[in-house]
Amino acid sequence: MLTLVIFLPVLVAAVLPAVPRRAVPWTWTAVSLAEVALVAWMWAAHGTGGGLSYETDARWIPSVGAGYHVGVDGLSLPLLALTAVLFAACAVYSLRQTHRVRAFAMLFLFLETVCLGLFAALDLLLFFVFFDLSIVGMYFVILLWGHGDRSRSALKFFLYTFLGSLVLLLGFIGLYLGADPNTFDMVELTRNPPPQGGLAGLTLIAVAIGLGIKTPVVPFHTWLPPAHTDAPAAGSAILAGVMLKMGTYGLVRIAMPMLPDAWRRYALVFLVVGLVSVLYGALVALAQDNVKRLIAYTSVNHMGYIVLALGAAGYASGDADARRLAVTGAVTQMVSHGLVTGALFLLAGVLHDRAGGYDLGRFGGIARDAPVFAWLFAVAAFASLGLPGLSGFIAEFQIFAGTIGSGTTAAAVTGALAVVGILITAGLFLRVLHRAVLGPPGELTGRVTDLRRPELAALAPLLLLSLLIGVVPRGLLDTIEPVSAAVIGLVGR
Amino acid sequence: MNENPADLAPEMCVLLAAVLGLVNGLFLPRTRQWRVAVICAAGLIAGLAAAGVAATRADLAVFDAFQVDAITHVTRITVMAATLAVLALAAGPVRGHPRESEHYVLILLSALGAIVLGASSDLLVLVAAYLLASIPAYALAGFGKDAHGTEAALKYYLMGALLGVFMLAGVTVLFGVGRGTSYAALRAGLADAPPAAVAAGVVALLAGLLFKAGAVPGHFWVPDVTEGAPPAVAAFVTTVPKIGAFAALYRFGAEALPPGAAGWPALVAVVAAATMTLGNLAAFGQDNVRRLLAYSTVSQAGYLLVPVAMAGRTGLAEPALLYYLAAYAVTNAGAFAVVLAAGRDDLAGYAGLMRRSPLHGLSLVICLLGFIDTPPTAVFVGKVLMFGAALDGRYLWLAAVAAVNTVASVFYYLRWLVPTFRRPDGASRPARGATAVAVAAALLSVALGIGAGVALTF
Repeated sequence: MLTLVIFLPVLVAAVLPAVPRRAVPWTWTAVSLAEVALVAWMWAAHGTGGGLSYETDARWIPSVGAGYHVGVDGLSLPLLALTAVLFAACAVYSLRQTHRVRAFAMLFLFLETVCLGLFAALDLLLFFVFFDLSIVGMYFVILLWGHGDRSRSALKFFLYTFLGSLVLLLGFIGLYLGADPNTFDMVELTRNPPPQGGLAGLTLIAVAIGLGIKTPVVPFHTWLPPAHTDAPAAGSAILAGVMLKMGTYGLVRIAMPMLPDAWRRYALVFLVVGLVSVLYGALVALAQDNVKRLIAYTSVNHMGYIVLALGAAGYASGDADARRLAVTGAVTQMVSHGLVTGALFLLAGVLHDRAGGYDLGRFGGIARDAPVFAWLFAVAAFASLGLPGLSGFIAEFQIFAGTIGSGTTAAAVTGALAVVGILITAGLFLRVLHRAVLGPPGELTGRVTDLRRPELAALAPLLLLSLLIGVVPRGLLDTIEPVSAAVIGLVGR
Repeated sequence: MNENPADLAPEMCVLLAAVLGLVNGLFLPRTRQWRVAVICAAGLIAGLAAAGVAATRADLAVFDAFQVDAITHVTRITVMAATLAVLALAAGPVRGHPRESEHYVLILLSALGAIVLGASSDLLVLVAAYLLASIPAYALAGFGKDAHGTEAALKYYLMGALLGVFMLAGVTVLFGVGRGTSYAALRAGLADAPPAAVAAGVVALLAGLLFKAGAVPGHFWVPDVTEGAPPAVAAFVTTVPKIGAFAALYRFGAEALPPGAAGWPALVAVVAAATMTLGNLAAFGQDNVRRLLAYSTVSQAGYLLVPVAMAGRTGLAEPALLYYLAAYAVTNAGAFAVVLAAGRDDLAGYAGLMRRSPLHGLSLVICLLGFIDTPPTAVFVGKVLMFGAALDGRYLWLAAVAAVNTVASVFYYLRWLVPTFRRPDGASRPARGATAVAVAAALLSVALGIGAGVALTF
């Protein structure tokens, strides 16, 4: 079942060359909607209990203790659902795409398999395979369908994240060699973490750098703005909405449970890196004139909250309930950021589609000619800055309550400083609304027409989901809770 | 002592095919010489079957100088399969050539030398195998009798002769201080020999083997031969002799040297780091795909040296080397098959390949992504094992150097890959036979990557 969910998109991609050209976008949309339904069904069947469902463990490379081991729990399910929803949104959004539709659809279906596989993988080597393939897939998306200085951005993206993935691989091999008996199996490694010591510290450094580049945190974020700016709208949405989560997901799934001792020892580093990402990302975003770059930098800021929360969770001396809250908030933030940033990038894509530019200074007063666009943009912006009633608030509130409330001085101080990040984000989004959506018309405003039907159909569900999480978060939180309790327990060992 | 020649059945098949091919070639009219290719291919297939059967039996030593164990099995199978691919690649271009049958026979003899190189456990047999693997290759390099080919052959020969003499000197020294030439005798004898003499002997011996492997400092011939020789020969010399050379290097390090003698791990690790770095740096600026592939094989030789350096230090070294060797052979043969199919050497000639012939382009993408070590290709599994061997052998810096080099190599592989997605500027039909080899290699690479478990337990 889970295997079918993972590999259905790539199977459809394989037969896509045989589909008539006009039916390609519809096939793509149908498959991605089917994926949403399948994941929703899996979630409903899993319920809110702890433990793994839909586990499959097949032999792959038994001589090195690696297998095809997949399964889902409360941590992977929300992310699988996010992946399916975002890919469906991109499929719908791209219904009007004209440039090499078939190859575009094939590549996105391939990427969907890769992303779903990553969030379901329970084997380090399998995780790495999907991790690496996601880089290759996104590279071609930026290279072939991007704009601006795309080959340079694509190359930078590839080289930077590929280096990260190799460092991550070294870390995984460190975990493999540290375990007794040697294995790549995550469940095994979580149950019986490798002996701690100097080697565990080195392994954590490798794993954290590898995942940190993907997340990305300051100072490893420099690949992100050009990649986002030059990628096509759907590519940016996937890159920011799904692929950035691979890094933070890896921290929760791999680094914390498998290297608990080292994680506790270096918790302060994660706190500080998270804080710097929060503040730096927000401040640099404030200075941007390019809408897409601005959203890219707010991603650095939002992912910083997650790292901050996970760092706070590493203080075993802190209050356990608060730390659990922080982890739950971090996972919620992954989902929330995926929905909201995905929507923001698709909206930016609409601007580029109409006017061919992202420059804030050349827009203004969009709200008059494009009211639906303006409304959705405002909602997405408010969701991103954490307005109550939207998903961002739920996530950030838990992160701050958990971080500051955990009771340790370091966590409380960094958490309090990070709150400033929210203020800056609020400021910068209000500034965008002022300059682009409201105010006097700019030179490009005349070209901006309102949302077309496929675009609306792609964007509205994302924001509705954000609203749904903001108003009735219980369903999501109940699924995540058992996992965060387990993670806290594992880190505390 | 086991002296049953039947244990050498795969080698016998190759030798017999070469002799039969040579004799037949004397009597066949020029238009029918393709029959020699069929004879040679049949010999290789028979050899592959025999090797497959032999691989299921227990390890043994034949004539006190020829080991039949896992290393030999992999060497045999990889060499013969790669040679088969090269025969298929060569068949088209040399059809009707005045020396067509000689071409096939020389390829087979050199391949035989490569197999013996990987299987020998005696320094004297090693030297004989070195010569058998080298001399036909010199002739092959100059096969076209054109200016480039002659220069290539001359450079190849001079380098080979010089470093071969070094190797002989090394063998002499090791024989002198170790009181024997068989690896078992050396392992006992070298333990209490003067360390300086052992080190000198090992370094001199390495010269010859590193020349065959195309690693620093014996790599100078690689780009010139790859560019100057006929393309099928280029595919051959960058693939087949290397397999034997790496097997021989590993066997020497693991079986002939007492643990820690001559600073083996450190010595080979430094050579490995230099080889991968040099190969990558030199590949950056290449606009000729054959030169680019040549430097890429140099850098791959560097990665292959990592498990060699870890010989005897970790259990991961042997599977890493063998798996990487097979993966490398498949990928390299596939990449050269793409070049042959396209018939173009300049990077610009590959613009628009993806649209012109998607199958051909896709094979190139898979082979190059394989070199970059993207999963799930064969080289990826080989590289994971290689990193594992380096970390388990406590050579952290070597693993880091290899990782940085891998990232650097992405750049020039992408330089080749990116233009293939552009709009085609003109139509050209790829050669049918070579495309088939390329597609087969690409499929095999992915199959080896996904089915690694089956291949590794074997």
